[in-house]
Amino acid sequence: MTGAPRFEARSLSRRFGSVPAVDRVDLTLGRGERVLLLGRNGAGKTTLLRLAATLLRPTSGTLRVFGIEARGDERAALRGRIGYLPHGRLLYDDLTVAENLRFHARLHGLSGAAARVARALDETGLTGRADDAAGTLSRGLQQRLSAARAFLHRPDLLLLDEPFTGLDRPGVQRLQAMLADRLGHDGACLLATHDFASAWPLVTRVIVLAAGRVAIDRPIAGLAEADLPGLPGLAS
Amino acid sequence: MSGAGATRETGAVHDAAAARDPRTARGIGMLRGALAVAGKDLRAELRSPAQAASLFVFALLVVVVFHFAFDLTAAEFTTLGPGILWAAILFTGVLALDRGFRVEREGGRLDGLRLAPMAPSALYFGKVVSVCTVMAAVELVLVPLAAVLFNQPFGGWMARLAPILLLNTIGFAAVGCLFACITTQTRHGDLLLPVLLFPASVPIALAAVRATGHVLAGRPLDRFAHWIALSGAYDLIFLAAAVLLFDHALDD
Amino acid sequence: MLQRLPLALAAIALPLALRQAFLVAPAEQKMGVVQRIFYFHVPSAMMAFLGVGLCAVLSALYLWRRDRRLDVAAEAAAELGVLFCTIVLITGPLWARPVWGVYWTGEVRLTSTLILWLLFVGYLLLRGQAGADRDATARFAAIVAIVGALDVPIIYKSVEWWRGLHPKVLKVSGGGGLDPAMGRSLLVCSLAFLLLFAALFLERLRLGRLALEVSALEDRAARIEEGGGAHA
Repeated sequence: MTGAPRFEARSLSRRFGSVPAVDRVDLTLGRGERVLLLGRNGAGKTTLLRLAATLLRPTSGTLRVFGIEARGDERAALRGRIGYLPHGRLLYDDLTVAENLRFHARLHGLSGAAARVARALDETGLTGRADDAAGTLSRGLQQRLSAARAFLHRPDLLLLDEPFTGLDRPGVQRLQAMLADRLGHDGACLLATHDFASAWPLVTRVIVLAAGRVAIDRPIAGLAEADLPGLPGLAS
Repeated sequence: MSGAGATRETGAVHDAAAARDPRTARGIGMLRGALAVAGKDLRAELRSPAQAASLFVFALLVVVVFHFAFDLTAAEFTTLGPGILWAAILFTGVLALDRGFRVEREGGRLDGLRLAPMAPSALYFGKVVSVCTVMAAVELVLVPLAAVLFNQPFGGWMARLAPILLLNTIGFAAVGCLFACITTQTRHGDLLLPVLLFPASVPIALAAVRATGHVLAGRPLDRFAHWIALSGAYDLIFLAAAVLLFDHALDD
Repeated sequence: MLQRLPLALAAIALPLALRQAFLVAPAEQKMGVVQRIFYFHVPSAMMAFLGVGLCAVLSALYLWRRDRRLDVAAEAAAELGVLFCTIVLITGPLWARPVWGVYWTGEVRLTSTLILWLLFVGYLLLRGQAGADRDATARFAAIVAIVGALDVPIIYKSVEWWRGLHPKVLKVSGGGGLDPAMGRSLLVCSLAFLLLFAALFLERLRLGRLALEVSALEDRAARIEEGGGAHA
């Protein structure tokens, strides 16, 4: 549709009190780019994802999502096109699995909610648990439900924070398949994880954050998964 | 549109197109957003009756404690009853407010709500509606029980009380939802909420108690119309102020 | 040096105000010497409202501009508002006891001041309890300040009606029926308090700005430290 990058940060910074969590980051994400976001604990991965999701206001610098500057009332329109799977759980324990998804569909004003929910349940293998309270699900199944929720509205930009946490092998494979399907050939994705192996087949580019700054930014060409732990900013 | 959906099933093509349609991208509108949030909250309340029940028990407890502390006769209920009733309602209201916002704060659920394509005030109004509904449910049980406890005849005064209950509950929730959103993001916020909210709610408390007293004494409306006007003005002023301010209570 | 001017002026004006209140102003016929507390009570109330009003305006500006200096100024104004509110709440009962025989009568303005005091003590508690994120604290505090200030006239009206002063029956005017000499003394004392307010406000502002500078320097130090570590 448009040639505008999905996500474009210019000298983006965010401080918490006196701690700079993200520090003068320049980053452009084109269509179809799936970035593996690496970094040690506290490197600023989650902050960068929250900035990208327009949930955090930058301390300085600019941020454009889908070519629109993310500030003020503009954000409401952008947000419907962002899929954010955070580290925490966005689920409501007292609601059933299906109700959690239906609520998300209503929030995003989705048409044909019932069909979408049924399909999402099928993809995540949760159809059998549809009427159970989300709080009764195991950690891994909750993570699957969280993913189904984040993808339900077919976002154009996916922001994933440790999406593989708590998933067993089949769970990881399901999520990988869902991601591959959702991203198609032009979906953009920023995926932060310590689980190199699970993310590796999905990504096209690697970024390493160290102390809030981009230490490495390169395509995966010429890189092997085994090289990742040795990258500057990750190696101890 | 994009060729991305071509390889997917037809439904997916439709979905992908809809997601990129600027009209759908603009959002779902204030009313639908608010109703979605309120509906979710109330559904969750119904799903955990034990939690909701503790609110009712607490409200009743406040009335019972005052009943014993003051050892009221039926005649004295007209003078002291309104204060007791409203103390129970407002104390319970603080609990309902704290609960309503704490659930969104935990696990970062607020982020999920904020990522919905709707104005922040939709979330605010959704919470006002759900908190008011919970408080109204408590009031619906509390008023007849208080009447029994204080030997009051059932009658028309209960119906005449309804608009007073409604107006003042809305006013309390209007400021309460704004403050609860703040305090649940703060350390020791559960203590801070009443400390901030009760002084700010003095007009509501006074208007509610006086108007309720006039109703209990069976006086005509024109004796306390100014109190109802005050509650109404309070509601409008702070609902309007909250629409402007609520975004700042969320935006990190 | 110019910044210290209000402090110097206040230092001159306050003794003059004392002289006005105790030596120049005529003794009140019924209340006698006790009434002279009026010359501190009323200006304090004025300054309390000035502090609260200023805090609300600065808070609104902060939410609009997001400039930390505005937040520092709003906090300074709130602290002064609470300070002068406290003086009102101390001098009020001290005046009431010999005149009415009780410390606390539930008089409308004094009761409203008590509620205002509670509101802004809550504001300061909120500032004290908020997390490490200074900007979040500033936003939250600003919201509470604006709501509090909007609430002040409604609180006053509700307390007035509560006390049985039915609407449209009587209007209490501020210094009605005041002897001209007393009026002059009140004016002098009010101006002296205004200077005191300005002096304290500027001093507090200076402190706040210094604290901001320190935290900015800490930021830089932290960045140099971390940057140096990462790129070594």
